[in-house]
Amino acid sequence: MTSVPEAPVPAKVQLSRVVLNQADIDRALTRIAHEILESNKGSQDLVLLGIPRRGYPLAVRLAAKIAAADPDVDPAAIVGQLDVTMFRDDLSHQPTRPPYPTQLPCTGIDNKVVVLIDDVLYSGRTIRAALDAIIDLGRPRIVRLAVLIDRGHRELPIRADHVGKNLPTSSAEKVRVRLEETDSADGEAVNEVVIEATA
Amino acid sequence: MKHLLSTEDLSYANAIRILDTAEEMAAVGEREVKKLPALRGRTVVNLFFEDSTRTRISFEAAAKRLSADVINFAAKGSSVSKGESLKDTAQTLAAMGADAVVIRHWASGAPHRLAATDWIDAAVINAGDGTHEHPTQALLDAFTMRRHWSTLAGSPSAGADLKGMRVAIAGDVLHSRVARSNVWLLRTLGAEVTLVAPPTLLPIGVEEWPCTVSYDLDETLARGVDAMMMLRVQGERMNASFFPTTREYSRRWGFDDNRLRALDSLGLKDTIIMHPGPMNRGLEISSAAADSPRSTVLAQVRNGVSIRMAALYLLLSGDTREPATSTAAYSKESH
Amino acid sequence: MASQQQDTGSTGAYLIRGASILGGPAEDLLIRDGVIAARGQDLDTGDATVIEAAGLVALPGMVDIHTHLREPGREDAETVETGTRAAALGGYTAVHAMANSTPVADTAGVVEQVLTLGRTAGWVDVRPVGAVTVGLAGEQLAELGAMADSRARVRVFSDDGICVSDPVLMRRALEYVKAFDGVVAQHAQEPRLTAGAQMNEGVVSAVLGLTGWPAVAEESIIARDVLLAQHVGSRLHVCHVSTAGSVEIVRWAKSRGINVTAEVTPHHLWLTDELVRSYDPVYKVNPPLRTDEDVQALRAALADGTIDVVGTDHAPHPSEHKECEWAQAAMGMTGLETALSVVQHTMIETGLMTWADFARVTSTTPAAIGRLEDQGRPLETGEPANVILVDPAARWTVDPSKMATMGRNSPFAGRELPGKVVATFFKGHPTVLNGELNTPYRWLPDSAEVPNTAVRP
Repeated sequence: MTSVPEAPVPAKVQLSRVVLNQADIDRALTRIAHEILESNKGSQDLVLLGIPRRGYPLAVRLAAKIAAADPDVDPAAIVGQLDVTMFRDDLSHQPTRPPYPTQLPCTGIDNKVVVLIDDVLYSGRTIRAALDAIIDLGRPRIVRLAVLIDRGHRELPIRADHVGKNLPTSSAEKVRVRLEETDSADGEAVNEVVIEATA
Repeated sequence: MKHLLSTEDLSYANAIRILDTAEEMAAVGEREVKKLPALRGRTVVNLFFEDSTRTRISFEAAAKRLSADVINFAAKGSSVSKGESLKDTAQTLAAMGADAVVIRHWASGAPHRLAATDWIDAAVINAGDGTHEHPTQALLDAFTMRRHWSTLAGSPSAGADLKGMRVAIAGDVLHSRVARSNVWLLRTLGAEVTLVAPPTLLPIGVEEWPCTVSYDLDETLARGVDAMMMLRVQGERMNASFFPTTREYSRRWGFDDNRLRALDSLGLKDTIIMHPGPMNRGLEISSAAADSPRSTVLAQVRNGVSIRMAALYLLLSGDTREPATSTAAYSKESH
Repeated sequence: MASQQQDTGSTGAYLIRGASILGGPAEDLLIRDGVIAARGQDLDTGDATVIEAAGLVALPGMVDIHTHLREPGREDAETVETGTRAAALGGYTAVHAMANSTPVADTAGVVEQVLTLGRTAGWVDVRPVGAVTVGLAGEQLAELGAMADSRARVRVFSDDGICVSDPVLMRRALEYVKAFDGVVAQHAQEPRLTAGAQMNEGVVSAVLGLTGWPAVAEESIIARDVLLAQHVGSRLHVCHVSTAGSVEIVRWAKSRGINVTAEVTPHHLWLTDELVRSYDPVYKVNPPLRTDEDVQALRAALADGTIDVVGTDHAPHPSEHKECEWAQAAMGMTGLETALSVVQHTMIETGLMTWADFARVTSTTPAAIGRLEDQGRPLETGEPANVILVDPAARWTVDPSKMATMGRNSPFAGRELPGKVVATFFKGHPTVLNGELNTPYRWLPDSAEVPNTAVRP
């Protein structure tokens, strides 16, 4: 990072900047919701599956926006959660991760248009795991992918159908998404996307 | 958690973690594809120095549902029965690349020896050792109780414990690894445990255990019980004068039809009857009790697979070769 | 006695300069011709080799009333040679070799064989213990008289490892040994109460699911035996007392004038059954490790004389007998090379005993029980030169792989202990010098030297 000052700073200072605030996130989700409806030509057979942890609250928010656009839609009936932990390809390289629950909408996913929702698209490995997880659960007609942030650096031939914001990053940086549903500390609601760099 | 050896040293957090993970594993059993790829390429050895087809097939099913390779090593009829030592057996398994050893042994502490020595580096799961512990049995019992207790409370079982639940365990506590593992785990989860047994079948030192001790099953039932667990009693104990006759044992400490009826008359409509199996029908439990709607015997068997999947997954899926780094560093990195 | 001259050259004399005698004031000791030739201040060196002993304590050579040397029969566990090397390094000048060898030391032939093996080794005086019953089977008295009259002159009889549980047989043994001033050393363990027993019965065994070994199994036998000893007017020695209750019974018996002596092992003075929680068989021993309450009672009893002696119950085992499941493992611990340090740690550094008390419980009294007339003597002019020098300030970490015993089963492995044996003089000959093995004593041919009459001037 050329912008990092050479000044005598402690060895490990974290520089962070906000790239999306609450309003930005909300606008991006609104746009994605409309894109989903548009590409699907309506809400017919739609199922939104959020990937824990932060993909799920994003899926809930998107469902609410879709319901706002299409009064026939019951938002609770089209949202589910898809845990991919046990399908990851890096299980044996990291400390044990307890799985999150997988909950499908009561309609199931057979012959549905499933939109996978995650917060950040990076290497593509999580989505690869999600595709495997879906296949074990049923046979959707179409699977699409919506993410809030696409930060590049793909390691697999995977791309998102709907992107909130393309964010060119260095792999030394960290992209942190904080949502009030998952990241509220001390009752303070946060909704922002931050890039952190280690000097 | 590198090994699962006992419930005595199992922390509250780890106990809840296993139970919660087992809930997710149970969901897998209801899917179209009842298999997860989590332990692909890992080798689980079932090392059984004592016959137990039930426990072995439960572990085998659990390992296979997680896509692990399973090797069954029964000590009978193998080199072990010809005098091969535990050390040599362990080193042989290590040389074959076992990632986990599920060990059932007639000697108390044998799993601890495997875990404490450098004979083998694999994760060790205690599938019952002598009269010491049987941690996965206690965990599946707790899982069964938690589902019941949460249903009564109208709340989800994930994350819940057994605070306030009254559990009575009746039978041969002295020789029971199931009783020991249950006492420690139920204490950790906040249940109130009463052990009911003839004084001859309680160990010296039981007064230090975190539970109440009673010699009177009827009195214990009258004080109110939410889960009644009957332990297997071997009729041969009679020959060593632990009790005079099986009939006398059955009358005083067996869960017979009279006591089954007593649950109704005492207003204990939600009390469940548990048994780790295999049952001695007519000795410690009557057929009517074993087959009543209160009985959770088959649910326990079913839940056993989920608990063992959870244990195998939590012990084996992570990087076991290096000391665990702080989990925060891995919160959500490879998107 | 000129016949005691060693073949170690002309300088068979040693002047120990400035050693604290039994922990008292510093004095010199001149050792020459197998005896203490002089004791006093500023002794003339003459031709003697000088050993500077400032800061060292001089004590009578230790006498172990309870040692398993395993030979004949289990030379993979220990031999008389290796066991007595360990004894010399541990500060011993005599050991009683227990009878549970293969074949059992239940005939004059076997005890004489053990005596000869001991003399051939030459590191300490090996005094065979004779079995009470044939084959330790507890059915028929062994030829106690023949063993007493043999060259080994056996005075201590024991089925150690197994209890003489039959009350009639025990009574007869106690009566019979009166004929030659013998003593029956009982391994007090009621067999029916300890069937399959694995560890002390109590809070820990309840948790570990190991079959309990109740204190009452030991105490009931001791109670019976002291009453039998009183009834027949004989001499009883109780091996390895391990419980507070046993201490009470021995105390009661002594108050009634019953001729009973009692022994405690170093490990029972320190270790408790809490260690069994590891399931490491190095802690498996008979009698089992008990509770801290028992440990404290044993220490108090050793200090006040209720327990008379420290016996190691040195029990080496090949490693394969310990590298296994607890239930499969052999019972026993090594002890010869750690006894002094453990007693110093548990009894002297706690202020319960002095070095003079130490000499009483590790040398004087065990020699008296075994009727060893040339052992456990005062450190005075003219007495046999069985003397050790101890550095009480030394600290060392126990490493079983560096020990002279073949047994690697020390429960003190890895612990730092106080006190180190610097020199051991056996019959005036240094078997240990500078903390290391020197050379063995060379016994003269059997005909020229008979035990008990050997060295007394």
